[in-house]
Amino acid sequence: MSWTALMVLAAGAYAFKLAGLLIGERLGDGPLRHAVQLIPPALFCGLIMLQTFETATELVVDARVVGLVVSVLATLKRVPFAGIIILSVAATAVARLIGG
Amino acid sequence: MDRSPTYELNVRSGLSPHRRNGVILGAAVGLVGVTFGVLATTAGLSLPKALAMSLLVFTGASQFAAVGIIDAGGSPISAIGSALLLAAHNGLYGMRLSELFAHLGARRALAAHFVIDETTALTVAQDKDDTAREAFWWTGIALFIFWNLGTAVGVQLGSVIGEPEVWGLDAAFPASFVALLGPQLATRPGRVAGFVGAAIALIAVPFTPAGLPILLAALAVIPAVVVAETGRAGA
Repeated sequence: MSWTALMVLAAGAYAFKLAGLLIGERLGDGPLRHAVQLIPPALFCGLIMLQTFETATELVVDARVVGLVVSVLATLKRVPFAGIIILSVAATAVARLIGG
Repeated sequence: MDRSPTYELNVRSGLSPHRRNGVILGAAVGLVGVTFGVLATTAGLSLPKALAMSLLVFTGASQFAAVGIIDAGGSPISAIGSALLLAAHNGLYGMRLSELFAHLGARRALAAHFVIDETTALTVAQDKDDTAREAFWWTGIALFIFWNLGTAVGVQLGSVIGEPEVWGLDAAFPASFVALLGPQLATRPGRVAGFVGAAIALIAVPFTPAGLPILLAALAVIPAVVVAETGRAGA
């Protein structure tokens, strides 16, 4: 990857972030503002699904599901933040060892 | 939102929970940064280039996509295209976070660099604007430091480490989002947005290139707003 390509990528990635901040300020207080408030639950739930079930171009059920289930249970059991992450990582690693 | 895990953490250590969680997430990100460094070396990137990417692009999924495509023999154009598609949803986070930073003036340019999945998750998990801003900066700076340190270590260690998946590290991110999701799903519109967003993302995977499913998931705010408006009209 050339330096030019790298800089184009950096500039583009940054432009999205900055544009979001600047556009968000101009949305007023109507339904659009309300819609923006609901972006995190929509995207986080989408991300959780993708990071658990997505491979390059298809959906699969593998050891990651074990990690997801453990994270949900640990969250419901009010395990501290670090504990939730460590338990999920460990559960996924063990599931992978067993499942091959 | 005293029931959220963010506030559930004890105060025995010196750091308050919203700061400490940012550092914890940063440490996890640092480990993943090591795997990025390894993959970047495999794809032929030098230490300066791998570090420049982590410093300047600072968007994990995009960076993994870029070096993955380069490693597979893809063109720089396709690497940039795929990586930018994966980076686009950070703009949506920016729209959500803008109200916290509108007062910052030129310093928004710095805040923008830190607008990514993890910072947004910890920021919107706070119920006060002050703690939300602190959570944003602590998480952003912790992630930035750990991610770049991790990258440097990964490049130096190279193939000594092997595949990140073996350790189950890829489970760290969905787990952290699950942990922080509580406040987002506390309202009915929030739950509609979450459920529909999850469904859209899954349905879109077989039909769209990486990066598009998460953008399409944002459409879930439409039924969620409808639910909110009808709920308000009925009340």
